[in-house]
Amino acid sequence: MAADTTATAPAPAPGITEVADRQTAFVPVQTRSGRFTSTSVDDFEAVTGLEFEWKFAPLARVKHLTEAALDGSPVEVHSAEVEGATVGWIDRADARIGSAGTPEERASANAWSSFEKALHIRVTGEEASEVVVRRDSFGEAARSAHVVIEAAPNSRGTVILEQTGEANLSENVEIVVGEGAQLTVVTVQEWDDSARHLSSHFATIGRDANLRHVIVSLGGEVVRVNPAFHLVEQGASVDSFGLYFADAGQYFEQRPYIDHVAANTRSRVNYKGALQGKGAHTVWVGDVLIGPHADGTDSYEQNRNLVLSEGTRADSIPNLEIETGNIVGAGHASSTGRFDDEQLFYLQSRGISEEEARRLVVRGFLAEIISQIGSASLETRLGEAIEAELLRAQAGE
Amino acid sequence: MSVLKIEDLQVSVETEQGTKQILRGVDLTVGEGETHAIMGPNGSGKSTLAYAIAGHPKYHVEGGSVTLDGVEMLDKTVDERARAGLFLAMQYPVEIPGVSVSNFLRTAKTAIDGEAPAIRGWIKDLDSSMTALRMDKSFRERNVNEGFSGGEKKRNEILQLELLKPKFAVLDETDSGLDVDALKIVSEGVNRAKENTGLGILLITHYNRILRYVKPDFVHVFVAGRVAEQGGPELAVRLENEGYDRFLESSNVG
Repeated sequence: MAADTTATAPAPAPGITEVADRQTAFVPVQTRSGRFTSTSVDDFEAVTGLEFEWKFAPLARVKHLTEAALDGSPVEVHSAEVEGATVGWIDRADARIGSAGTPEERASANAWSSFEKALHIRVTGEEASEVVVRRDSFGEAARSAHVVIEAAPNSRGTVILEQTGEANLSENVEIVVGEGAQLTVVTVQEWDDSARHLSSHFATIGRDANLRHVIVSLGGEVVRVNPAFHLVEQGASVDSFGLYFADAGQYFEQRPYIDHVAANTRSRVNYKGALQGKGAHTVWVGDVLIGPHADGTDSYEQNRNLVLSEGTRADSIPNLEIETGNIVGAGHASSTGRFDDEQLFYLQSRGISEEEARRLVVRGFLAEIISQIGSASLETRLGEAIEAELLRAQAGE
Repeated sequence: MSVLKIEDLQVSVETEQGTKQILRGVDLTVGEGETHAIMGPNGSGKSTLAYAIAGHPKYHVEGGSVTLDGVEMLDKTVDERARAGLFLAMQYPVEIPGVSVSNFLRTAKTAIDGEAPAIRGWIKDLDSSMTALRMDKSFRERNVNEGFSGGEKKRNEILQLELLKPKFAVLDETDSGLDVDALKIVSEGVNRAKENTGLGILLITHYNRILRYVKPDFVHVFVAGRVAEQGGPELAVRLENEGYDRFLESSNVG
């Protein structure tokens, strides 16, 4: 059961809650929108590991990010100038900070409490632009960061965040998609082997706007990217994709949360992961909340995991809460399976070696997500990165 | 002159009821350019023979040998057998999501030949084979067998047969489920491969129908895991008229 045991949750009236116009309904205490939120780390109790948010993570390796003082000074980023988009820094007192969401857990609040300046990426052009922001200088010190990505009304653009190098980082990423805008945000984690990275994404999506959000996690020791998408106005839609490949000893977690607030909103969630090597562990928790005013919601979420060797673990938990009956659709699917021997036999019977056959099948499995990214150069590069992962994983067997 | 020689082949499978012996000593010799039809009732071991030759891990070889030009195939891996010149056209080819037909074919061709095919010649060969098999060009970009109809899957198998140019092919009920037009197209493909490369064929079928288009030189009747009778094409006609009853009775008695 998806029980949120955060001790500091505000005491709810047990069970019975007023939802609208003095109508009451039974609302379980763990309803996704009912979680306690705060930007201040001191409002959260110390993390024990029993909380649902921390239940799966190797807490010993990231606990310091929930309690230690974090260095919140800005770290240099690299980006080329692009027409129709700007990249700069804004002060933590800036009014745009906090416009997309509020932390729900302690590491996120700890980052929020300590960052000095926020990286600000703004897409304004109506012609599609592509901004690549490379972040490779976080280093080993415990740090916090804050990013605000804004798409102006009716703008079109792709923002790619590429992460490499060392990291010991807790951060928050806010995404504000203006009316009628179409924004793609891709975050690629190709950290060094010892990197630890906890990231919370908060997105609000305006009227008739679309956010395409892609999480790609390939490198790092502990990487968690939890995006929350708030479909706050009519006609808003989100396509949330994820791709991860965990090798021996790697822990990758992602918990997409789709919050259907307004009527006629649409969401699609599709995460695919591959696991290979002892101790490879992935977690996917997909929460979809269809609120009482979200009539006409059309929602589907799925997670598929491909297990390539013994000794791995994939947790996959879809949660669906529906507070209005008047919807177009709400479905979910989750599967975790091992390699299909018949596929292997078929490819081998055509002369293809077992190693290459495995690579073909895994690449094919993940290709569905890669092809959704919409940036030809990044798609090619990620295809190669996955190929390299596979070769590395096979060599390590 | 290439020869595929099957001698005293004994094969078992694991079932829930324990190990089950399926092939009980099969002897068969297929020469270059020859077409051998293997006919027989359901459960007689025809498909087991096909998969055992290809090396499917589900089938355990208990004894005997399968040699290609004197080289033992049974101790080789599935892909090594394919590279040595064996091909299996499957009855139920699996889907490979995310892998396009063109990528798959190029990868297989490269593996079989040991080097990547020259681009221009390859595209030309691919185009002409696909045209001959009445496969639309859009097939190349589709994922292998994903969403293919039964007939499309079989044509895709024969496309591979034509392009990979094996020495010997086992066709496992390639005719099943095909309408007459598709049956003719697929049969033409098999005949083309035979003409072009001197392909030797083991044609496994339940029916005489495909033998009107792919003419067998020899017909072997498979019953209870071994060859019960063999003869020329006339045997297929006789089987069509009489069915397999007389073999089943004799095997029950024996």
